[in-house]
Amino acid sequence: MPNQQSMSNEPSIGQPISRLEGYHKVTGTAKYAGEYNAPDLLYGYIVNSSITKGKIKSIDTTEAKKMSGVVEVFTHENRPSTAWFDFQYADMDAPPGTVFKPLKDNDIQYNGQPIALVIAETFEMARYAATKMQIVYEEEEFETDLNASLDLVRKPKKGLASLLKPPPPKPTGDFEKVYQDSFVRVDNHFSHGTEHHNPLEMYASTVIYEGNGKLKIYDKTQGTINSQLYVANVFGLKMKNVQVISPFVGGAFGSGLRPQHQLFMAVMASLALKRHVRVTLDRAQMYLIGHRPPTLQHLKFGADQRGKLNAIYHKAIGETSQFEDYVEIVVNWSNMLYPAENVRLEHEIVPLDVYSPLDMRAPGGSTGMHAIEVTMDEIAYKLQIDPLELRLINYSEIDKSSDKTYSSKELRSCYLQGAEKFGWDKRNPAPRSMRRGHKLVGYGMATGIWDANRIFGRAQAIMTPDGKVEIKSAVTDIGTGTLTIMTQIAADTLGMSIEDITFSYADSKMPFAPIQGGSFTTATIGPAVQNACHALNKKLFKLAKNIKGSVLSSSKLQDVIFKDGFISLKNNLDQKISILEIFQEHGGEAIKTTNSAMPNPLTYGKKAKAVHSAVFVEVEVDEELGTIEVKRAVTAVAAGKIINPKTAESQILGGMIWGISKALHEETILDHQFGRYMNANLAEYHIPVHADIQDLEVLFVDEEDHFVNDLGVKGVGEIGGVGIPPAITNAIFHATGRRIYELPIHFDKLL
Amino acid sequence: MIPNFRFMANSEKHSITLQVNGHPYQLELLPWVSLLDALRENISLTGTKKGCDHGQCGACTVLIDGKRKLSCLTLAVMQEDVAITTIEGIAAEGNLHPLQQAFIDKDAFQCGYCTPGQICSAIGLLNENKANTREEVQDLMSGNLCRCGANKGIINAVMAVKQSISHE
Ligand code: FES
Ligand code: FES
Repeated sequence: MPNQQSMSNEPSIGQPISRLEGYHKVTGTAKYAGEYNAPDLLYGYIVNSSITKGKIKSIDTTEAKKMSGVVEVFTHENRPSTAWFDFQYADMDAPPGTVFKPLKDNDIQYNGQPIALVIAETFEMARYAATKMQIVYEEEEFETDLNASLDLVRKPKKGLASLLKPPPPKPTGDFEKVYQDSFVRVDNHFSHGTEHHNPLEMYASTVIYEGNGKLKIYDKTQGTINSQLYVANVFGLKMKNVQVISPFVGGAFGSGLRPQHQLFMAVMASLALKRHVRVTLDRAQMYLIGHRPPTLQHLKFGADQRGKLNAIYHKAIGETSQFEDYVEIVVNWSNMLYPAENVRLEHEIVPLDVYSPLDMRAPGGSTGMHAIEVTMDEIAYKLQIDPLELRLINYSEIDKSSDKTYSSKELRSCYLQGAEKFGWDKRNPAPRSMRRGHKLVGYGMATGIWDANRIFGRAQAIMTPDGKVEIKSAVTDIGTGTLTIMTQIAADTLGMSIEDITFSYADSKMPFAPIQGGSFTTATIGPAVQNACHALNKKLFKLAKNIKGSVLSSSKLQDVIFKDGFISLKNNLDQKISILEIFQEHGGEAIKTTNSAMPNPLTYGKKAKAVHSAVFVEVEVDEELGTIEVKRAVTAVAAGKIINPKTAESQILGGMIWGISKALHEETILDHQFGRYMNANLAEYHIPVHADIQDLEVLFVDEEDHFVNDLGVKGVGEIGGVGIPPAITNAIFHATGRRIYELPIHFDKLL
Repeated sequence: MIPNFRFMANSEKHSITLQVNGHPYQLELLPWVSLLDALRENISLTGTKKGCDHGQCGACTVLIDGKRKLSCLTLAVMQEDVAITTIEGIAAEGNLHPLQQAFIDKDAFQCGYCTPGQICSAIGLLNENKANTREEVQDLMSGNLCRCGANKGIINAVMAVKQSISHE
């Protein structure tokens, strides 16, 4: 692919390199899961339950099956048998509970549950035949309303997933007493509705039937190996016979962390019919595959006269399904930021007759930080302290919730540089004090925080005799820039230019990568790529030393550098051996090495690790109409080393727009009479359009961190969205004097 | 969520020719096939994307006689004798259109799924010659959603090309 950037000798890490796959994305040659064709491909259309709870009494497929072009209709009555045990359906992101199994029996557990699959020669025929099914239900009473079901609240079960999503820490100090004695007390209730990921590409799986129990699957996913495991376990296939590929993923935002129904359906049909099959969801069905759960929060913060927090209570109640205990980390953040001594944090769930919620961009963090940072703003007003000053008064170098120091924390620089860039000092603190014509102007700020995690990952490096290197990892690139970033990391580690590196990825046959989420991909796969490249250099060096009369024969690895196709002595660059020569000696065979990277289990837990941000927002509110516009926003981010400022900036900007959307636009509304989402389409589910996005700026502050990993990277996928909703809410208060505790904030709430 | 087409069952295939990116394609199509599905499934031009199938997202935007049109809202059988340009036909002989290059330079995409529609829509917009300010460009591009939030880069790219045209 044409690549106009050449920076052979310069390190590429830190350079704003344009996405290497850009050419494909602007010419329409980037292929997504539902775009692979095969001879005589069959198309599947999923039929969904129109009731919320009960049983299917009968399902008559006769008429549908008779239609020309219809090949088969699968229901619970003729579903081929699949795995017996629950655990065989579990995926890498499965919450504790029982994974939903499509077409298992006649039981209906939520509205829109997939109950049949029509397979036909064309998509239109499959969809049309789906209207000809005769289904008789036996309906039961159901409950989908969180607010009406608080008597059902309970503690979530723990399971494997609790490792990455730990429950809140135990209480410390004596919250009740200290809170009662606090100079200033704030007691707030918050809530927000359901949200759906709505990636622009709809879920699709194209299954190529290769015979002999072998499948090649193009799947929309955030984890090729996650999908591979699921298919192999559920359908009793050998892992090596299931290949899952997803080179281009049209957005996911968490919705691809679990294998979705269309994968199950397409594989089932393909194996049963021994044909190539594609199943694609339509937009309405995209609202039936997981969501951010509606959540209620209760906060009580107490502070002393100077504004120092001494008592924190934060409780969240989230919705979940009847079959899985979905949780997210909502309440753990405040004490990571603010070192109060008396803390009580609780998270509970209410099981309802809905599908299981699913991690959605900055899951939990964007929910909890909204409530925390709005509450902080209120304390600032009560004490008449500048909100930014209040954050600095409560600044901490340690994570009080674990009593560990941070591996690095440049949040102070975020506050100061962000405030300066924004012009925070021009703010008149009094509400309703600033205006532009008939518009009220408000400035608001907030803090953002997200975990900096890494887990286990692998990568392979292969050098061919032409001196070029291919790096392989099963990891996906869901629009995050992973392809470009990994190429940069490999180039710098090998001392090569990015043109000579190919990063091959998104194929389950390649070395292991976990699901791509939680902002941990670069910190997990980056070091694996680095290790593989180091190992490759070592091999090359060893071969170079063994060449007869080698100028390097008595040198050590640390004495040499790898650059521009040569291994040279650091203190005498003329003493060198070319890579080509090594290959000639080596017999011209490719040199390969596969390596892993994971955190050191003995030391990794000794420090707290987080990404931080400071967010500043200006809103305009129409005094009479209540319409709200974000005029500008600045996000200052401390996220360790930024490998590629161009793609990282886009990640943060995307997050900021998600924050604007969460604060002012998006919500899925459930009709509790039917148990069904009412606005399951892109016209009624509002997300910001171009006209809604004004002046957004991103600033990366310098942050060095040698602890998190050798690259010093912390991840930028989630942090962009965390601080925006509270900053907007606080700006609206500043503009109007009205404190709104529900999201999204629509103009009617200001009238 | 399932449309009920009562009249469909007996419909017959139609022989039509579509002119796409300067090539004629002869197709046998049922009358209810959208232009979008015809492009993606019958001609294997999958560059045109389906984000909703309901005229709500703009991902399926193509140019018909130079005007932007949502290909999911028009039937293939209605589009004979017109010049259809899809994203695959935007780069002349492998040379990227300035807008395509600007999208790469300004990082005007993340996942890339809205990109073909954004680019076709922006070319249509430039042809229309209606939008003069950044604000007007934002307004008239608002039919093209981007869930990744690449909005700033997209408008930057359109503005850069718009300005270079007006300086010519
Ligand atoms: S697919 Fe045509 S507008 Fe969405
Ligand atoms: S780049 Fe992903 S939807 Fe626009």
